[in-house]
Amino acid sequence: MRKLFFVLSLLFLFQSATAATLAEYSFQDPQQSEDFRDIIEEMRCLVCQNESLAGSNAELAVDLRNEIYDMMKAGQGKDQIIDFMVARYGDFVLYSPPVKPSTYPLWFGPVLFFVIGAVVLLSILRKKNRSREAELSAEEQQRLDNILKQSTDSRNADQ
Amino acid sequence: MKSYLRYSIPLVIFAVIAGFLYKGLGMNPREIPSPLIGKSIPTFSLPSVEQAETTITEKDLLGNVYLLNVWATWCASCRAEHETLVQLSRSGKIDIVGLNWKDERDKAEVWLRQLGNPYTVNIFDKKGRTAIDLGVYGAPETFLVDSQGIIHYKHAGPVTMELINETIMPIVEQLKSKG
Repeated sequence: MRKLFFVLSLLFLFQSATAATLAEYSFQDPQQSEDFRDIIEEMRCLVCQNESLAGSNAELAVDLRNEIYDMMKAGQGKDQIIDFMVARYGDFVLYSPPVKPSTYPLWFGPVLFFVIGAVVLLSILRKKNRSREAELSAEEQQRLDNILKQSTDSRNADQ
Repeated sequence: MKSYLRYSIPLVIFAVIAGFLYKGLGMNPREIPSPLIGKSIPTFSLPSVEQAETTITEKDLLGNVYLLNVWATWCASCRAEHETLVQLSRSGKIDIVGLNWKDERDKAEVWLRQLGNPYTVNIFDKKGRTAIDLGVYGAPETFLVDSQGIIHYKHAGPVTMELINETIMPIVEQLKSKG
């Protein structure tokens, strides 16, 4: 329990640490401030590739955050800023890759695999069903009916 | 025969996945394709490392095929590749333009005095703004630029003689023969 509390308090510690690094970016317009947060959350830091620009303290991430902040202050929109970043660093800078022919496998591959899986599963199930029906010949069915009848008869007799 | 085929399906799927993963192991995640290939180098106006008063712009670099090498004294891999750059500049095969990135002027000067200066021009990008325009994400990075200022190749990480001879020089020859 104590350990858990310790881990939880650590989590909160880091939470406040990221918030502190972003406190220096203030906007008068709350919408702009929200856009700014969105943009830096959606962009990858190229130095530490599994961190977003918002979360990274790499020097380049700080520079890029400042650059984006200046652009927003100068009245540039979200799309313009994303174009600016992609023109320099490529699609890699975006956490969610754009839908285009070279990323079709990425976007639609999982759906394709799902469909293939569903088709295979259905065909196996259907085959199983069919073979089970075929398993019982008329003679076997007769025997099964007899057994069932016997067991109900004996149960009735018990009562 | 048929069941033999059916039981081999998981094996085939496994082999395909293993193949992809094995290929992925050998790939360098730092090697990010640059969207700037085929485009002009960005416009800039910066001083040189040696002289704070001079201004260098991208136009000063036109008319020559050259390597644009992004370096800094705080970058350990830059020190590792420096000897290669010095050798390359001595061979006279190609000009090397330096872009000193987010560095201190006096440190850069000491470095060049001690380790040799392979650069024909050394641009001083203290704020790193031009480096952002070049899509630089870590030093050293090296761009191959033609006489019209178009970027033809980019390498992230230290250059080696092998890379120069096998990858860069063939492109340089092509560019030079085109004029």
